[in-house]
Amino acid sequence: MRTFFSFVMDGMKTALKGGPLYYMWMLFLLVLIGITGWSYSYQLRDGMVITGLSDQVSWGFYIANFAFFVGIAAAGVLLTVPAYIFHRKDVKSVVLIGEAMALSSVLVAMGFVGVDIGRIDRAWHVIPYLGKFNWPSSMLAWDIVVLNGYLFLNLFIPMYILFNHYKGKEVPVRKYFFWVVLTCFWAISIHTVTAWLLSSNVARPFWHTSLMAPRFISSAFTAGPALMIIILQLVRRYTDYPVSQGVIKMLAIIMAIAMQISLYFVAAELFTDFYFEGAHAASMHYLFLGLDGFDGLKSWIWTAVGLNLTALVLLMVHKTRNNMVTLNIACVLGFVGIWIEKGMGLIVTGFIPTPLGEIFEYTPTLRELGVSVGIYALGAFVFTILAKVAIEIELGRMGKFKNINQGVGNAGEQNVKPVADATPVSVTVS
Amino acid sequence: MTDKKLPKSLQDIISNQNTKSSQQVKNQQHATNVQPIEGVRPIEGHQDVENMPDLAKRHFFKKVGMVGVTGIAATTGVAVAVEATKTKPSWGGSSFMDAMGDLFQDHYTRMTDKEMTEALDRIKRKAKRKFGVDINCEDTKPMQDTYFGYALNLSKCRGYRECVEGCIRENNQGRDSQVQYIRVLEMDEGDSNLEHSDHYYDPATVPMKGKYYLPVQCQQCDNAPCVKACPVEATWTDKDGIVVIDYNWCIGCRMCMSACPYWARHFNWTEPQIAAEDLNPNTNYLGNRPRMKGVVEKCHFCTQRTRKGRQPACMEACPTGARVFGNLLDPESEIRWILENKTVFRLKEELGTEPKFWYFTDEARART
Repeated sequence: MRTFFSFVMDGMKTALKGGPLYYMWMLFLLVLIGITGWSYSYQLRDGMVITGLSDQVSWGFYIANFAFFVGIAAAGVLLTVPAYIFHRKDVKSVVLIGEAMALSSVLVAMGFVGVDIGRIDRAWHVIPYLGKFNWPSSMLAWDIVVLNGYLFLNLFIPMYILFNHYKGKEVPVRKYFFWVVLTCFWAISIHTVTAWLLSSNVARPFWHTSLMAPRFISSAFTAGPALMIIILQLVRRYTDYPVSQGVIKMLAIIMAIAMQISLYFVAAELFTDFYFEGAHAASMHYLFLGLDGFDGLKSWIWTAVGLNLTALVLLMVHKTRNNMVTLNIACVLGFVGIWIEKGMGLIVTGFIPTPLGEIFEYTPTLRELGVSVGIYALGAFVFTILAKVAIEIELGRMGKFKNINQGVGNAGEQNVKPVADATPVSVTVS
Repeated sequence: MTDKKLPKSLQDIISNQNTKSSQQVKNQQHATNVQPIEGVRPIEGHQDVENMPDLAKRHFFKKVGMVGVTGIAATTGVAVAVEATKTKPSWGGSSFMDAMGDLFQDHYTRMTDKEMTEALDRIKRKAKRKFGVDINCEDTKPMQDTYFGYALNLSKCRGYRECVEGCIRENNQGRDSQVQYIRVLEMDEGDSNLEHSDHYYDPATVPMKGKYYLPVQCQQCDNAPCVKACPVEATWTDKDGIVVIDYNWCIGCRMCMSACPYWARHFNWTEPQIAAEDLNPNTNYLGNRPRMKGVVEKCHFCTQRTRKGRQPACMEACPTGARVFGNLLDPESEIRWILENKTVFRLKEELGTEPKFWYFTDEARART
């Protein structure tokens, strides 16, 4: 217990220490979080009238981001599986970073639900027994269960490993293997439940499709690796933590495949809706072509299609996938493309037209964006701290037996890119 | 101030307090921050709490809430605040005790009689503070052997929207937010595609040639998707078949709004405002009592009327006699006669929602 206390204290110390770049980054994030607090205070006082939402379009930017970040969280499993199930050493050395990303993304997703509910003061109503939890009927109740479970798993497993490393012990994988396997299934469940939250609505033909959950998983496995590839490069650049090129290559291939599946699913939806256009195709028509002169999302979705197709080409050609510059371009394009397609494109379109056939468009307000910005920042903030502490422990710089290197250095030696060119900047040196 | 009538100017401040524009809300909030309302009866020694700006108070309030159910009474600071705000409408239009009472109010089905009485008293006090009106609020239980249904004669409806007006007057919807439980759709003859309907036709010109009118409200589904979707059981189908909402339990997640195929559910995007003289003082807990911001509401078949044997307000307001409300369990009722003798249909029946709202026309079905 004492050791755990000192583990937490040392972790906090590590989080508070850093070079000027580190402080500037964290300060920047805190400012963004402050903007959210300030903007949200208006929402608390005046109500959700400060958003662009309406009875017609009752979910928007918040829920769009919620759905998207649940996907990013689920994508954490893409590192967990090769690391623990297939025992790839190079992946195992960065799996903690992936878990930190998953944890931060769950927090972002939860944050977006938090700001989306009209009575945050009654949030306790969802606590079983104390409140009244409509489980198993309500899909939102399910979502609360799986998201909290995933949060716990992604907190518990890395902490267990890190705590042991901190003590200078190496725990065999079999000791926590059950929890790892559980996490893998759980990751799929969080995004499936989020998709079912939408597809369970018989009132909204656009969402009411069994393809929703597969589509969600495939797009999550596109956007997730995209973000991971970029983050791993940042880790490599700003810390002296070795990130093997093999991991990035693996993620790029996963992304290339997932993007193909994801676009294939979109094409399947488009065919079904447009071959013989029934009333159920109205939302899709609105999204891609506009309806009765309203086409607020048309340019958005075609942008997304363009971004995703470009990313797909860059990912499918070996030369561009293996070139870090073009790979990074593909990651950014794919990430933004999926964010548009399954965020605003999917959530908002479901409400247009309304079940009574009214077309009422939605644009997020500045205040709404103000509330949102700090939620992203909170995710980045938490991730930075988690990753920093994890790296310090893994490199043997934080722990009871500091000189014992935790074996990261020799992880997947043949794949490790020479670390020499990765200049350690902020975390270790000022 | 509980017993005194509010000065007219203050009533205006309160009733103007909220508008669709957040900017205006902001300005007017500043105006109320001067808090002349409380000034009527200042309590000495507790100025610090009273003088906190609105938002700070709210944060303080939130923090207190987080201390948890048990810790509340023990906190000395809170005790002071309780004293200071016992009769002060500073906690979002409530006294501190009322705000706490609201915050920790239990689910409708779990409330004891005493808790319900207290809840009703809070509602009355809050209405008094907010509107300056003495309202009556009851918790009327469903009657025995009743199961309500509604039938609407499309041949008779001429699109006057009197039902919409009657409903708003009866059910205390926010006037500025323009929440309406009933939508009358202007449809083209020979077409029943809702997407071709006009929601915003001019009622002064009706009935238009070549059009017919289709009023839509909560269909009181027997298999209600909204009830299934609610994560906290804030809405349920009551014993008399009415889908009701406990506005004090709703967390405002709007799952039910996504789930409803009839667009019957409406959200209070801001604090609903009603002029004092327009407030209907005969209210019901699961019915037309004044609502708060951030919760969902919808047609409840006028529980405050129908559970006492009266007609719903829309039926009373309809000048053409198109609306027939009644007890489905009573074989002598008019609605049963319609179901047995007319060709009826229900909206989006294919979704399996089992609406208790039927549409019919004047033509009787040929009897066999």
